[in-house]
Amino acid sequence: MAINDIFNKDLKVINTGIESFKENIEHAGAKAVHVDWKPPVDIDPKVWETINAKEGIINAANEKALEIILNGKPNLIGMDLAKNVIPGMKPNLILHSGPPIKWERMCGPTRGAIIGALIYEGMAKTPEEAEKLAASDKIEYAPCHEHDTVGPMAGIVSASMPVFIIKNEEYGNQAYCTQNEGLGKVLRYGAFSKEVITRLKWMDDVMYPILKKAIESLKKIDLKNIIAQALHMGDEVHNRNRAGTSLFYRTIAPAIIKTSDDKQNMADVLDFINGNDHFFLNLSMPAAKATLDAAMNIPNSSVVLALSRNGTDFGIRLAGTGEKWFTGKAPLPDALFFPGFTKEDANPDIGDSAITETVGLGGFAIAASPAIVQFVGGSAQDAVNYTLAMYEISVGENNIYQIPYLNFRGTPTGIDVRKVISKNLTPFIDTGVAHKDPGVGQVGAGVLSAPIEPFKNAIVGFANKLK
Amino acid sequence: MIKGIIKKGVYFDSVTLMIVSKDLNKIKGVSDSSVVMGTNENKSILKMADLYLKIFNDADDTDMLISIDADNDEAFNNAIKFIEDELKAIRNSSDDTSDFAPKSFESALKLMPEANLSLISVAGKYAVAEANKALGANINVMLFSDNISVEDELKMKQKAVEKGLLMMGPDCGTAIINGIPLAFANVCNKGNIGIVAASGTGLQEVSSIITNLGGGISQAIGTGGRDVKKEIGGIMFIEALKALEKDEQTKVITLISKPPHPEVLDKIASEIKQLKKPVVAIFIGADVKTIAASGAIPAVNLEQAAVISVAISENKDYKEALNKLNARQEKNKTLAKELAKNNSGKYIRGLYSGGTLCDEAQLLLKDTLGFTYSNTPLSADYQLSDIWKSKEHTIIDLGEDEFTAGRPHPMIDFSLRNRRVVDEAEDKETAVLLLDVVLGYGSNLNPEAELAPAFEKAKKTNPNLTIICSVTGTDEDPQNRAKVKQTLENTGAIVMNTNVEAVELAESIVSLLQ
Repeated sequence: MAINDIFNKDLKVINTGIESFKENIEHAGAKAVHVDWKPPVDIDPKVWETINAKEGIINAANEKALEIILNGKPNLIGMDLAKNVIPGMKPNLILHSGPPIKWERMCGPTRGAIIGALIYEGMAKTPEEAEKLAASDKIEYAPCHEHDTVGPMAGIVSASMPVFIIKNEEYGNQAYCTQNEGLGKVLRYGAFSKEVITRLKWMDDVMYPILKKAIESLKKIDLKNIIAQALHMGDEVHNRNRAGTSLFYRTIAPAIIKTSDDKQNMADVLDFINGNDHFFLNLSMPAAKATLDAAMNIPNSSVVLALSRNGTDFGIRLAGTGEKWFTGKAPLPDALFFPGFTKEDANPDIGDSAITETVGLGGFAIAASPAIVQFVGGSAQDAVNYTLAMYEISVGENNIYQIPYLNFRGTPTGIDVRKVISKNLTPFIDTGVAHKDPGVGQVGAGVLSAPIEPFKNAIVGFANKLK
Repeated sequence: MIKGIIKKGVYFDSVTLMIVSKDLNKIKGVSDSSVVMGTNENKSILKMADLYLKIFNDADDTDMLISIDADNDEAFNNAIKFIEDELKAIRNSSDDTSDFAPKSFESALKLMPEANLSLISVAGKYAVAEANKALGANINVMLFSDNISVEDELKMKQKAVEKGLLMMGPDCGTAIINGIPLAFANVCNKGNIGIVAASGTGLQEVSSIITNLGGGISQAIGTGGRDVKKEIGGIMFIEALKALEKDEQTKVITLISKPPHPEVLDKIASEIKQLKKPVVAIFIGADVKTIAASGAIPAVNLEQAAVISVAISENKDYKEALNKLNARQEKNKTLAKELAKNNSGKYIRGLYSGGTLCDEAQLLLKDTLGFTYSNTPLSADYQLSDIWKSKEHTIIDLGEDEFTAGRPHPMIDFSLRNRRVVDEAEDKETAVLLLDVVLGYGSNLNPEAELAPAFEKAKKTNPNLTIICSVTGTDEDPQNRAKVKQTLENTGAIVMNTNVEAVELAESIVSLLQ
């Protein structure tokens, strides 16, 4: 090249910094794009040196991680009780969402859900009794994520709960998730009243056996296919699962009718699924988990494999650092609240459901979901802009999950912690909002950007582990 | 009282309804409310909130339920009307189609894959990384940012030379590439004069004068002031020179700089000797003989550089053009006599916003009045001990850090200079106020509106005072030079075509007063 190459051409300028320079250039008749630039996150320069020195190796490892994520084939293959299938599950173990946390630091909704689970398990009769037991050393706690499981909101899973079994057919690993209870007063939002327990028991006694048989008769249900279609039908597959639930319903309904004989129970189960737009969330989450876990322990990969919150801490895990959690304080979401509730009532961000964002759905695919754009400020363009921004921190784009509005461009996939730090841009997450007190339940839904601290910690941990 | 209605078969998604509900409770007399679709879940939420009504029993999923806890019927009706209006507004609102602003250079490049220049004005500590991204992607750079190390500058420029790219800056405030003014630049005619400048305001002054004389610019390349220092070695100055030699649109090459380091000047000189195109050079304050020895046509000031360049670009004898400048000087001396008549002051007080123009004024005055006091004096002996207080003939650069700390540059923010205009007028020894007004992109869009009241106030305080301005810019600039000139003249100020002419007039006046 030579300097002269630019002369006498139309000037096309990338403007970084003072925005008026871009306007002046356009005013003078040339084209310009303005970069909405932010200073990178302040990180020890030595960390960057280490990472930049291995750029090629990291890029290759990330490509490998991306390939595994894109190749994943999550299928619903069956149901069973948690104690029978979840690795390491035992009667006195309770799984929760997010990174590890002790009872003392648990938030209200998590405590409420644990109280509910102990009553549900018959280990306590009253909330007071359950609380005492929960705080004792008789009960052990562990993150769902560390047991191949994911749980929405409080994410509480106890031994007797029925779970969906999702298998990544490409790589053989499995993931588990409980059945979705619906909205309002539900265990996952920390409610534990009698109606909550009664519903859980109905789900065990009536819904679970019917669904289990129906799924067995179908052998497997291709969740990747349903998710791909749901995106085309206006879901982003985290806060909106109406299309996904409908597609699942269409698949499961004939199988239920073929495999069960109690008309009333069949009708109740079908009504329950039909009446609960979030039913599919408890399938999209483990589908995401099974897809991502196959990329666990790829040396030198800076790809994020879990974004997760326990209502107190926000934790992330990377492909290159395996099971290690990097955490920071969980923020309060920006939300729209149900009648009678305000921001004062909200618990900080909670749940494993950001696993959907981790795989490139939810906030990353919000441009596919015009029906819920009002969460992000009201206009469809806002939603599109959020998805476009997420491409900036992703390694690649999905080959199957697509966004119609963006000319069927694949959703941003494979969050790269390096890009999060260098662009000072964190993942955008759709979320439900739980009441901060135990026993109340859901109070709203909204959005948030992940906090930067876990990523700051992760990039240091990642640099230390580089080979 | 809790009162409600069902709207049958009206579907809104839950988020829309939550938005509508959000502001309902602000209506006078409404203490609680809910607007939801009639699903079983929503019905149980209403029950929990004590907003459930019997009439809702028959409602189903596609019915909208409105329940309001209102003090009276009026409040209830207001609330219903509010909901209807809001829902209508949401349905009708058109999307905000604001463009997506990419968050990084990489994604900007995806949006504009054919980008050929990266203009960077982020803080210096981040700017090098941004510039390197552009150079890495084979894109020319204009680096507006300052506070960048000499080592980084050299590395970036070496990389640019290796790749055959322009690397303007750091601290490059102005350029015109392919007719497009960049950063702080004026809207100039297109033409056949190519400029290489290591001085921002110098480039603005010369390119504006060229335009006002009817000439035009092919390319105006800013290199940043440090390029001609020893450490950088004129690396981009010379590359730009070579590029303009090869450029078919360029007929004359005009060089603008403070005197380069002698070693750098040698390099530039030997380069000039290789060129076939005529080169006009103004190395502000340098010995004319040195410039002549380099093979370039020397100019002693910015105006001369512009006048000579235009003459050559139009195939005219530039010496004739210079003679015209001398004739003008005689005319201005007559004007000076007129202005000096009632003037009871003694000294020139120059209040500059352009650093190069400030230097030029001091240089011009040195020959006749000797050294002038300044915050940036030509001789250390003339350093103002208190920069806020003028002494005898004083020419100050208000764009220096000591004045701009914590406030915008005086080309944008006139408040400091306006205050100084009034202060200087109060000093009975002030005979002439000398100012520059720099127009163009980046500068204040209404300089005349900012300055005129200060001029009027100064005239009121000191009716015998003479205010002389030069206006750097063109009629095509967003401020419109003619309009600025007219407004300032209406205040009684004398507006000259160039800084040189303004300084000459000021000097002629005070010479008569000594």
